[in-house]
Amino acid sequence: MNVPTNAAAIAASVRAGELKAADVLEQYLARIERHEEQVHAFNLVLTLEARASAAAVDEVVAAGGDPGPLAGVPVALKDNLCTRGIPTTCSSRILERWRPPYDATVVRRLAAAGAVVVGKTNMDEFAMGSSTENSAFGPTRNPHDLDRVPGGSSGGSSAAVAAGFAPLALGSDTGGSIRQPAALCGVVGAKPTYGLVSRYGLIAFASSLDQIGPLALDVRDAALLLDAIAGPDSRDSTCLAEHPPAAAARLDGGVEGLRVGVVRELAGAEGMSADVVARMRDAADALAAAGAKVDEVSVPAAVYGLSAYYLIAPAEASSNLARYDGVRYGARSRTGTDGAGDITEMYLDTRSEGFGAEVKRRIMLGTYALSAGYYDAYYGQAQRVRTLILRDFAAAYRNFDVLLSPTAPGTAFGMGAKTADPLTMYLNDVCTIPSNLAGHPAISVPFGTGADGLPVGVQVLAPALGETLMFQVAAALEAAAPATPVPAMRAGGQEGASR
Amino acid sequence: MTTTTTEWETVIGLEVHCELRTATKMFCGCRNSFGEEPNTNVCPVCLGLPGSLPVLNRTAVEYAMRIGTALHCRVQPSLFHRKNYFYPDMPKDYQISQYDIPINADGWLDLPNGRRVGIVRAHMEEDTGKTTHVGGGGRIHDAAHSLVDYNRAGVPLVEIVSAPDLRSAEDARAYVDELRSILVATGASDGKMEEGSLRVDANVSVRPAGSPEFGTRCEIKNMNSLRSLGRAIEYEAARQIALITEGGTVSQETRHWDEAAGRTGSMRSKEEAYDYRYFPEPDLVPVEPSEEWIRSVQDSLPRLPADRRAALAGASGMTADSDAVITVVRLGLDDLVEAVVAAGGSAAAAAVAVRRVANEVASDPEAAAGLDRTAFARLVAMEAGGELTAAQARTVLKAMMDGGGDPDRIAADLGFEAMDASALEKVVDEVVAAHPAEWERFAAGEDKLTGFFIGHIKSATDGKADLKAASALLRSRR
Amino acid sequence: MNHMPRRITTDDVAHVARLARLRLSDVELEEFTGQLAAVLDHARDVEALDTEGVPPTAHPLPLVNVLRDDVVVPSLDRDEVLRQAPSVEADRFRVPRILGEAP
Repeated sequence: MNVPTNAAAIAASVRAGELKAADVLEQYLARIERHEEQVHAFNLVLTLEARASAAAVDEVVAAGGDPGPLAGVPVALKDNLCTRGIPTTCSSRILERWRPPYDATVVRRLAAAGAVVVGKTNMDEFAMGSSTENSAFGPTRNPHDLDRVPGGSSGGSSAAVAAGFAPLALGSDTGGSIRQPAALCGVVGAKPTYGLVSRYGLIAFASSLDQIGPLALDVRDAALLLDAIAGPDSRDSTCLAEHPPAAAARLDGGVEGLRVGVVRELAGAEGMSADVVARMRDAADALAAAGAKVDEVSVPAAVYGLSAYYLIAPAEASSNLARYDGVRYGARSRTGTDGAGDITEMYLDTRSEGFGAEVKRRIMLGTYALSAGYYDAYYGQAQRVRTLILRDFAAAYRNFDVLLSPTAPGTAFGMGAKTADPLTMYLNDVCTIPSNLAGHPAISVPFGTGADGLPVGVQVLAPALGETLMFQVAAALEAAAPATPVPAMRAGGQEGASR
Repeated sequence: MTTTTTEWETVIGLEVHCELRTATKMFCGCRNSFGEEPNTNVCPVCLGLPGSLPVLNRTAVEYAMRIGTALHCRVQPSLFHRKNYFYPDMPKDYQISQYDIPINADGWLDLPNGRRVGIVRAHMEEDTGKTTHVGGGGRIHDAAHSLVDYNRAGVPLVEIVSAPDLRSAEDARAYVDELRSILVATGASDGKMEEGSLRVDANVSVRPAGSPEFGTRCEIKNMNSLRSLGRAIEYEAARQIALITEGGTVSQETRHWDEAAGRTGSMRSKEEAYDYRYFPEPDLVPVEPSEEWIRSVQDSLPRLPADRRAALAGASGMTADSDAVITVVRLGLDDLVEAVVAAGGSAAAAAVAVRRVANEVASDPEAAAGLDRTAFARLVAMEAGGELTAAQARTVLKAMMDGGGDPDRIAADLGFEAMDASALEKVVDEVVAAHPAEWERFAAGEDKLTGFFIGHIKSATDGKADLKAASALLRSRR
Repeated sequence: MNHMPRRITTDDVAHVARLARLRLSDVELEEFTGQLAAVLDHARDVEALDTEGVPPTAHPLPLVNVLRDDVVVPSLDRDEVLRQAPSVEADRFRVPRILGEAP
């Protein structure tokens, strides 16, 4: 039996009755069994639940029905997406034993599309981080090089896809948490337009920036997954009511005549490594060769994005994470259980024991930015910078259809290399943050390797609801890209399966 | 003693929290219902579970707009903010509330006595859960631990903030009473203070009479009836005056009214001052009512108590702030009087109707609901036309309220017949003749003997006499 | 133009930690103060930006009036809810004694 490596082909074969969802699943479970211990992509592998869903998909097919566009496709879920009765931890001690009494909207959409959820993936605690080293349950390793980080915060999801543990994964992206790990793991990752995908059941980090998005081995699969989860949801007031643009509508459309702008401020941003910038130039040349009109463009306010982001996101987070207080769910300190202290003592101990250092840092930063006397200088000012970024993007899109930039400043870095200095870690997000502040879509596509032979990602940015065009350009970029290295475990797993 | 004492003026502003009587909570579809089993009306949203998101209840917005319109506010585009503080009755440890851009601003309310009270704002926010203190007699500071029920968490509230325009406890009570009537009239609230649907906090300060500046104010909480509101304000004003008179200063703080002890006490605990860190709620979008929506709310608003009192006053010749008129409107029984007017009743008949409703019908609101309007109008016509005396009319009305029926028939069954003027004169003459000594004293100006003669006239006529006419006859004869 | 706030101090961080209900050791306090100061220093470019007349963007979407109908939907099963709680008594969430009234 030959199981295809991409989701589109798996779904087509399962729907056609040529392949059983159960067999697809077993192959992925076997690879997880073999390599998960090294990678630690998952907080939880849902072997039994996945087998039951796969069997249900096969029954639908056997009964002559259509299980949906993701029929029998294994999907890994970031562990900040609520799953009913299944632990959902955000990789935090404070939620270690919490079982949500409800499913996130995207989880329901996946089920409706026939997907098979294989597990909950590791992440930086509450999605705060760029390396997945801030997990209370230990770091995830990069399948390309186990001594390096997979990026973050959706490091578990991107590593799962890169390692061949699932052809598709969902992540969340607040300042680059899908795109940066996608770049570092050599996979495709997209952050949709804010409001395209319901956030209901996504455990909030920064509500005005968070979006759920796809990770996949290729652009078509990412589009397929996005199309399955996008669309209006009456449970999310910030979800767009209109029919969403189809990501997969024009993947073969090419780039002939399209105007592509290389963002000068991002290509030249603080800390960019030369090989990453070189790959982005290669990508621009490739698009030009394919018929696009490529030019430089200035988005002056983009450089202020990082600072604005590190005021806005922590501010919202400080409020979103107040609810972890040991009263209704989650962990509670012993102070609260043995009757020794009053409620304030219980709050202090529960939160100090339950949160890791990075989460505490951001809660304090955000509390400070909102506190009396500082609101206007910090939070208020950051919100005005957000307006400037929106204006500068609007000006750029008057002359360009899409924009191009590096995704991350470098390739995957060594474990522990940036943990000592939070600010250095934050600089990883400089190219990805402006899209979150603007609410615009952006996608990272693998494009060659760095000097160290590790994958490099190039980012395509589009205006709000520009997904169709963005995926069209991403597909053209993918077609022109040099071969991305395949981690041995994914290649090996495939050989094992076809033996 | 000839020392001059300073005249003090009390300055009061009230914050009234009003629960809206929507079917569901403000941001989720859980039932908005009082007195249910604990933690049964809860869901991911109102429990603040991770990943849940609020979606605003249209009817709650509509009710808030009705309240604002009834209070002559500007209804405007508005925003929700998060008010951040830790407290176990708040599931998210922040409250979703309107802050600097409320849906209703700058209105006013007229008290029945004509005093106009400014309304600063009437904004939307969510209610908290309910905490029960276990041990220590249920008092928070002595309790061993506490228990939380989140059924009330997320119930929609409108907070109505008055300007500091009130000057006495009596004013404050009249304001809350009037506000409650308005809230009930709009259909937005059931106005039940005892169930906590209306909760009042008072900002109280004192200043020398005539001073243009305000004194330092204290916020008084935990008053759960109009009576305790009045007592608390009086106590607090006296406390502040005594403090200042003795050379002390009032410090701005929140104080708790202790109903049993009859005093306010400082609520300040060892907790630090709050810093609420308000910021725009990113999970909600702005509420911008369209012109049409605002107009439809204006058009659908029922007549408000002040207008209804004015209408009753106009119809009856009574004053709008008379107790009877206020009572009729407060109980929403104006339609009984209107039925009399509609049946062609005179101003005098309308006044009779107002008195009957305020004195008799009001005492049994349940029976009032079943009272036939046409029959009531007929009864009033009989009394106003002299066919029945006031006492007889009361008796017939009671029978109508107890079992219904036609007033003419009831009156006939009771043997109530109109006594004509000559018959009454005859009885009066007989009674006077039978008590010459008393008559001499009455004729000499001893008015208190009126009752003596009236009593005899009443028993001589089996209560059929029009006693007002009888006393007029007595006076004319002396 | 906004005035530039002074550098964050350990007192500020201690105050903020208290507001956020986080307990910090003295070592953590020193460490966090340095780290927060570094991030805030980096944000000085933003503080210095002239944003006179620029309105704030709280939200990337221009949506207004997202409302739902006032229709009851079933609540959660109480046992399922209370099963997740650290401590329960009489079908309510049990918490240690509370020292202050709600503000």
